[in-house]
Amino acid sequence: MATTIALAGNPNTGKTTLFNALTGTNRFVGNWPGVTVEKKQGRLKNDRNVQVVDLPGIYSLSPYTLEEVIARNYLLMEQPDVIINIVDGSNLERNLYLTTQLLEIGIPVVTAINMMDTVRKNGDKITVTELEKQLGCKVIEISALKNEGIDELVRAAISAQADKHSSLKRQAGANRYASKELESSLCGIEALLPTGIAAERRRFLAVKVFERDEKLEELLTLKTDGKAEAVSAPAVAGLQESASPIIEAAEKASDDDSESIIINARYGHISDIIGGVLTQKNAGKESTSDKIDKVVTNRILALPIFAVVMFLVYFLAVTTVGSIVTDWANDGVFGDGWFLTGEPEEYSEVAGEFEEASMAIEAYEAAAAEDGLDPESAGFTEDAIDANLTASYETYDDEAGTNEIIEVDAAAYEEALAVEEPNPSDYGIWIVGVPVLIGGLLEAIAAADWVQGLVLDGIVAGVGAVLGFVPQMLVLFLLLALLEQCGYMARIAFILDRVFRRFGLSGKSFIPILIGTGCGVPGIMASRTIENQNDRRMTVMTTTFIPCGAKLPVIALFAGAIFAGAWWVAPSAYFLGIATILCTGIVLKKTRFFTGDAAPFLMELPAYHLPTAPMVLRSMWERARSFIKRAGTIILLAAIIVWFISGYGFTDGGFGAVEDSANSILAVLGSGIAWIFAPLGFGTWEAAAASVTGLIAKENLVSTFSILYGSEGSWYTAMQMSFGLAAAYALMAFNLLCAPCFAAMGAIRREMNNPRWTAAAIAYQCGVAWLVALWIYQFAGLLIGEVAVNPFTFIALATFAAFIYLLVRPAKNRSKSTVSAGNVAAETV
Amino acid sequence: MKTLDTVKTGETVSVSKLSGDGAIKRRLMDMGITKGTSIFVRKLAPLGDPVEVTVRGYELSLRRAEAKLIQVA
Repeated sequence: MATTIALAGNPNTGKTTLFNALTGTNRFVGNWPGVTVEKKQGRLKNDRNVQVVDLPGIYSLSPYTLEEVIARNYLLMEQPDVIINIVDGSNLERNLYLTTQLLEIGIPVVTAINMMDTVRKNGDKITVTELEKQLGCKVIEISALKNEGIDELVRAAISAQADKHSSLKRQAGANRYASKELESSLCGIEALLPTGIAAERRRFLAVKVFERDEKLEELLTLKTDGKAEAVSAPAVAGLQESASPIIEAAEKASDDDSESIIINARYGHISDIIGGVLTQKNAGKESTSDKIDKVVTNRILALPIFAVVMFLVYFLAVTTVGSIVTDWANDGVFGDGWFLTGEPEEYSEVAGEFEEASMAIEAYEAAAAEDGLDPESAGFTEDAIDANLTASYETYDDEAGTNEIIEVDAAAYEEALAVEEPNPSDYGIWIVGVPVLIGGLLEAIAAADWVQGLVLDGIVAGVGAVLGFVPQMLVLFLLLALLEQCGYMARIAFILDRVFRRFGLSGKSFIPILIGTGCGVPGIMASRTIENQNDRRMTVMTTTFIPCGAKLPVIALFAGAIFAGAWWVAPSAYFLGIATILCTGIVLKKTRFFTGDAAPFLMELPAYHLPTAPMVLRSMWERARSFIKRAGTIILLAAIIVWFISGYGFTDGGFGAVEDSANSILAVLGSGIAWIFAPLGFGTWEAAAASVTGLIAKENLVSTFSILYGSEGSWYTAMQMSFGLAAAYALMAFNLLCAPCFAAMGAIRREMNNPRWTAAAIAYQCGVAWLVALWIYQFAGLLIGEVAVNPFTFIALATFAAFIYLLVRPAKNRSKSTVSAGNVAAETV
Repeated sequence: MKTLDTVKTGETVSVSKLSGDGAIKRRLMDMGITKGTSIFVRKLAPLGDPVEVTVRGYELSLRRAEAKLIQVA
């Protein structure tokens, strides 16, 4: 039979690192409490018969938070064969509290003391043999990070399980935290438990009865190994009643509630153990972590430092390094090509001249054709001079940021004809871009037209547009990984709690939002560490307002194509996201669905760790990989579908390829919903279709636009022609704020665990996006003269006024008590 | 009775009683704040709330609202 090992321990003790070491997988690791929010399973690297389950980090087996209930139900219901209790050696006292609970649930325990390197570095000493004696279980020193002691740990776990009976006996014998009085109360309750309950679980259940555990009934009627526990619901009530006198007597004797009696007893027992086990050399002395913390969370410096850190992250990821690598990837690797060495500036100047000349020639020849002159004929130039033929073309001036009309006459035409196309190879080592390479290849094998179209305009254009942003995302993911692993995340929550509380959120809400800048899915999942249900729901609803990594390409597209790469576009998108989150907080907190008391905010601030290169790179790669994988799967498929439905359609002749994509299936579908977006300024079928494909994955917007506008030469220019400034910003804002991609919607559904709340969250996001886009288009459009006053101007005014009212109206029904118990109680999973 | 939220930074106090009930009290105790535990108030967040304390050898942050529930001597 297969053996199951469960990993249990406090948050941030390195369970996931140990899990990775045991199973050889690459789970995500961070340095803030609550990285693992649901259990994960894997198989032991050296023995595939052994299953390893990584449980969320918990401080206790109390019934009050979601993670604790998940861990507790797993341990009791699924009955793993052995528990590896991972303990942070540098924080032994509080960690052993959970150990005393794990030791009594009737499963053999092996304790792994992690972070021994830190303990030794601090000059502290833990006497393992004495600790083993006190706990009644095997204790192994490990360093999960350096892979030390792992094999020994596995051997200890296997042998504890093989010798289950005597392991349990030793545990029960040693784990005697109860005073004489408490012991007799617990024995009294044990005697009341139905005889069907196995001996090794009686103590645990007696403690729970004594504590008046809220989920007692669920515990006693839990099914284990397929067979129901021998307690029925009415029997539970009877049990509670008959235990009541014992509990009340104990409470009266020690003038405390029963839960506190147990906790006090546990901590008292631990203090005794610690005294004989831990020798601290530098107690009370300032560690390096303390010194860092003194500066980083200093009352005066904390906020400026935070602002600088955030600025640096986005400056590096979005503006400087990010845009350099993105330009290289988009215009080079997935464009015409790029220079490995040489003088790219010189080339681009010459190439620009050639492009201008080609446009002049094209415009002039088109004008000539209109006048009935043939540019191919021998005396064309003379004829043109005689006819006094001129033409003009529009070009985009990079420096001025405006469109310019350039006049072409016969002399200019002659001049333009003389300009030769430069060969990039003359200017350095030129690496040909992927589309050119594949295009050449397809030419060479004489592929059919439709194959060339599918590959170049569909797959390469679509997937390439998305993959082009991978380097930028790598930069962002790298920086996020650094922040996560050094321990700064928890400090951010500490610094910002006060600010967020004003907006009806908790400081812990910031972590999901920050993770959400990488990807919304883990962001939404990180909301599980928030104890209060209202805060958690609110965070789940609002996390995806912040632009995630996949929205970065969308922002970059609009910034580049429409706003001439203006510096303010990306920051304004983040600002818009944050403002939406904060306003949502204020507005929703006042509705009856979210009225309630502030959640308790109890958070451990972990010691700073120096991030290690392999872990940072691993976490960066993990995130990037899922992005690249999507480009290869779902986006590839979407790109092919978009290419097909935008290139084919029904014309008078029947179904077939269409010249003009305005006759395509996509145009028909897009037109069907375009009316929704008309008041927002982008009621074109292209924009509607792109927004819909954005639901599959946000970066799809980029590939869809590139396919739809790609047929007209430079698609940036084509897009620029199609949208006014206000309409373009409204389109971007709508797509940044509306329902996230399907993956994130799935995460919302999982976290809400309630179809009504899920639907409400998604409807809310779409509604907010529509309104914000409406306001932007109508107000900004009016200001810059892009829109005239129309009926929707008044709707925009009215809704905006209503929004302001919701924002400033006083909150009602706020009860006086600071914290109420009901709010904290976790929902059942 | 003095409560933790009124303790100045840099002072060490001892827990005498916890008020509050159910989940929040349990949570405070689970984190190691039990009768007789000594608590060192390390610092306040830049905006005056939450508070960072050292308890049982680790750093814990809690809001003033929760600190108010902890009676100290």
